[in-house]
Parts: sequence; C-alpha cells; structure tokens
Amino acid sequence: MFNVIKRVFMAGLAGGLVLAAGCGKGREGVTMAGSTAFQPFAEKLADQYMTTHPGVSITVQGGGSSMGIKSCLSGAAQIGMADLVKLPAEADALKSIVAAQDGIAIVLNPANAVSALTMDQVRDIFAGKISNWKVVGGADHSISVISREAGSGTRSSFEQVLGGIKLSGDALIQDSNGTIRETVANDPNAIGYLSHGLVNDKIKPVTVDGYSCTEKEIMAGSYKLVRPIFLMAKQDASPACKDFLDYILSPEAQELIHKEGLIKAK
Amino acid sequence: MKLNGEKIAKYALMTVAFSALASLLLIAVFIFKEGLPFMLKVGVKDFLLASDWDPQAGKYGIYPMIIASLYVTFGAMLIGAPLGVAGAIFLNEFVPKQVMRVVKPTIELLAGIPSVVFGFLGVMVLAPFIRTHMGGPGLSVLAAAVILGIMVLPTVISISSDAIGAVPNSYREGALALGATRWQSVYMVTIKAARSGIIASIILAMGRALGETMAVIMVAGNTVKIPHSVTDPVRTLTANIALEMANATGMAREALFATGIVLFVVIMILNGIALSVIKTKVRKK
Repeated sequence: MFNVIKRVFMAGLAGGLVLAAGCGKGREGVTMAGSTAFQPFAEKLADQYMTTHPGVSITVQGGGSSMGIKSCLSGAAQIGMADLVKLPAEADALKSIVAAQDGIAIVLNPANAVSALTMDQVRDIFAGKISNWKVVGGADHSISVISREAGSGTRSSFEQVLGGIKLSGDALIQDSNGTIRETVANDPNAIGYLSHGLVNDKIKPVTVDGYSCTEKEIMAGSYKLVRPIFLMAKQDASPACKDFLDYILSPEAQELIHKEGLIKAK
Repeated sequence: MKLNGEKIAKYALMTVAFSALASLLLIAVFIFKEGLPFMLKVGVKDFLLASDWDPQAGKYGIYPMIIASLYVTFGAMLIGAPLGVAGAIFLNEFVPKQVMRVVKPTIELLAGIPSVVFGFLGVMVLAPFIRTHMGGPGLSVLAAAVILGIMVLPTVISISSDAIGAVPNSYREGALALGATRWQSVYMVTIKAARSGIIASIILAMGRALGETMAVIMVAGNTVKIPHSVTDPVRTLTANIALEMANATGMAREALFATGIVLFVVIMILNGIALSVIKTKVRKK
C-alpha cells in the first residue's frame, strides 16, 4: 500500500516534472523511471553526475519495473529501469545495459535453527511441497512462506531464477521489501526473500547450496539467486541521455553503486 | 442587485452540491466501463464463484476473496457492534451528562486515527499474540476482525448514541412511573425506540469495515484461499485491488476493476439498507 501511494504520487510528480523539464531553459532534462529497487541508487548517481554536468537535469522516479519499460517505450521517460532476470519481448526495441547486479537473499527469523538450505529445498519450500521445518532440519513447526505480490519485479526474478516455480497458494503476501523484513523479523516460522542490500540484523540470511549471499559469492557466480538491473533507452536517445548511461558504466559510478550496497555490473 | 447576489449564491451552492453527486456517478460509470466488459468476457459466474486467482495464468476467480471480505466484516461486527451499542447505552443512560460530554468526543477522536496506525498495532501486538496463543501465522481473519472491530467503534457509538439521545424523556419517565427498574426501562423502552438508529449505525459500520484497506492489508496476510479457521490468513476484495493495482496491466487490470464493481455493489446495497431503515423510522413518527 505504501508502494501504491508512492507510485500514484510519483506518477503525478512525473507529469509535473516532465512539464517543468520541458519549460526549463538551457538545461537538458533526462527522466528515469521504473524499478523501486534501483531508484535510491539512481538518485545518488544522478546527483553525482549533475555536479559535474551542470547543463543536464536528471529526475528519477519509481513506478516499478513494468512501468519503467512502458514509460521508456512511450517516451514518458528517457531511461527505463527494470530489475528482471530477463527483459520481456516488448523491450526488444530498446537499447539496454546492465547497470548492476542484485542478490536475492533467502531470510529467516534469527530464532530459527536452520541456517543452510539447498536450491531444491528453497524451491520446494516456496512451491509448498515442503511445509514443515522438520524436513530441512529445523523444529517441528509449519513453515510460513512470505512472498511479494504478483507482478513485483523481485518476485518474478525470484520465480525465474528458481526455474519457473509456481508459488504456494498458502504463501502470505506483503507488498514491499520492508514489510517482508518486518514480517520475517516478527514470525519465528517465517521464510521470505528480499534484495540482499536490505538484509539487517533483525533477520537471518541462509546459505543456498553452501554459499552465502555475499558480494564475493555472487561475483564468483556460486550464489545463484541473482538478478541484473537493466537500464533501457530508445535507440535514438539524446546525447545527454547516452552520456549519462556511459557514465553509469564508468568505474567511478560503479564504485558508487558498490559503496551503496549493490554489486558491480561486471 | 441583492436578489441577483442571492441567485448567484444559490446556483453556486447548487453546483457544488451536485458536483458531489456527479463525482459519484463518474466513479460508478468509470468502474463499470473498465470492469463490466471483463466480467462478461470471463463470465459473471466464473468470476464470482471460481476459487483460482492467478492473473498471469489467466485465472480470475474472486470467490475466496468474497468469502474473506464477508468473514472479516462479520467478525468485525461480532466484536464492534455489541461493544459499540453497549457503550452508547452506557454513555446515554448510566453516566452523568458531564462525563458523556468528555467521553463521547474522545471516542469520536478514535475515528481520526489513521488506519495505518491500527494496522501497525495489529502487526506488532495482535498478530504475535495470536501466533503464540492460537497458532497459525498470526496474520489472520481473527487479527483483521479484531482490528476492524475496534476501528468501527466510533461509528457505532456515535450514531447509536445520537439515536438513544433522541428518545424523548417522557418514554423513560413513563416506564419508571410504571415501576420499571432503570435497566428494564432501557431494555424494554429506550432500545426499542432507538432500534432503527442502532441498526443503521451497525450497517454503516459494516460498510466501513468492508471498505477498509490499509489496516487489512497489514494484518490479514493476503493469501488467496478460503479460510478454514479464524487463524488462517485471507485476502479481502479491497486488499486485492490495492496489492495488485501497481503492477497490473491488460486483463489483470480489468479484473481489478471488476473486483471494484463487486465491492461497489455490495457497499451500495448496505448503504441502501441503512438509509431505508432510517427512513421507515421517520415515516412512523
């Protein structure tokens, strides 16, 4: 629900800013929209870029991955952001780059004795085939599976990296990374998944196939639950827009992305 | 000149008054325009009575959510109505007027607390309590019903208490003069006389409970499944719309509008009943 309100607000703001950008004199406007997971990083990148390029004004909006693709196609935003394993066919007409990598952490309540799962166990738990912690070495208690809502970028990439599972019908649904974290932190029997940059000490990430969700294992390719973050632009994008995309791939920008908690594109 | 000014004011106010009506009409037209073709395409029966909801796989059955909305709403009424009506009776009949003057506005303040705060309390306090003492994931029909039951209290108390306050004192005096005790006069005379107002307050509260979204999303767990016990998680109609609207496109989006039609119709029926209950009373007088 926070997300809904935020998105409506952002959409309104987007309209206003597009108008404002159109009226601005001398400053070239670039609008980014889409993935809420990458939004805070995009804002930081934009701020840093604008200090060295005073002639360009970059505005960053959320809206979600599918909205990012749509608004890039329609021209409402020059750059679309999407955190999906694979871009849908409709994005084929766009030029896309991978700006960063983001691990998806499987998280439990710290009170849970389980600390390692295999990929198959994760798949079976989220598909509802394993429903008791006893089966995977925990206490004899039913598992509360917590997931994001249908259509969420994190959920669709999660389902895809697990090999196209169908989520258990018994899963509890929460509508943001933050509420997933709170629910898992409150329920000793819960299991959930979220962007690895958002893991804190109230929840416990587990190892998958023996590898923990850390930057090292993700970069080495051992931790498999990873999704790329795509940035898209039209083929005939403005020079300012292209320059900004080049900047994001530059070592300086990648360092910033890394410092803020995501993983470098390469 | 003065007459002119009056006329202008009259028409200006009339426009404002009708704009409320117009916006209601526009909302109705818009929801039906977006949702009705979808309902006809999928089939009204399949939409309302199928229990599989998976928009990405083309399954659009909202039956579990209709059941969930009804359970949660009636659960809230089981908690909110007796408490609210009893509170209203107590405030009007058993407490000095000065106390009521302080307590009633305080209860009405409860209506001003944002629903997200109720939801937060539900998540932090009520859900863990249910999980430890009754089992299940905590986020459940029961948690939603209790939170909604508390949220509708101001509606029930203030409308019921107005209805009870409107019962002429001569009724009470007559009952007491015939030798009734205070409780007998309340039970046999005052409540009977205020009955329609009390029923209306409960029906309006039902509408509020059915339409509440934020608090319910936070405490109900949002699983699309017909619940088998009060500790099972559920997804209500309102929660479904709010959860999926942000990412829905095409048919899935139309399905959410169609969900809106179902809610709209149910709430209109409830409000219609409430209005007609109030009206029959007026006619009797």
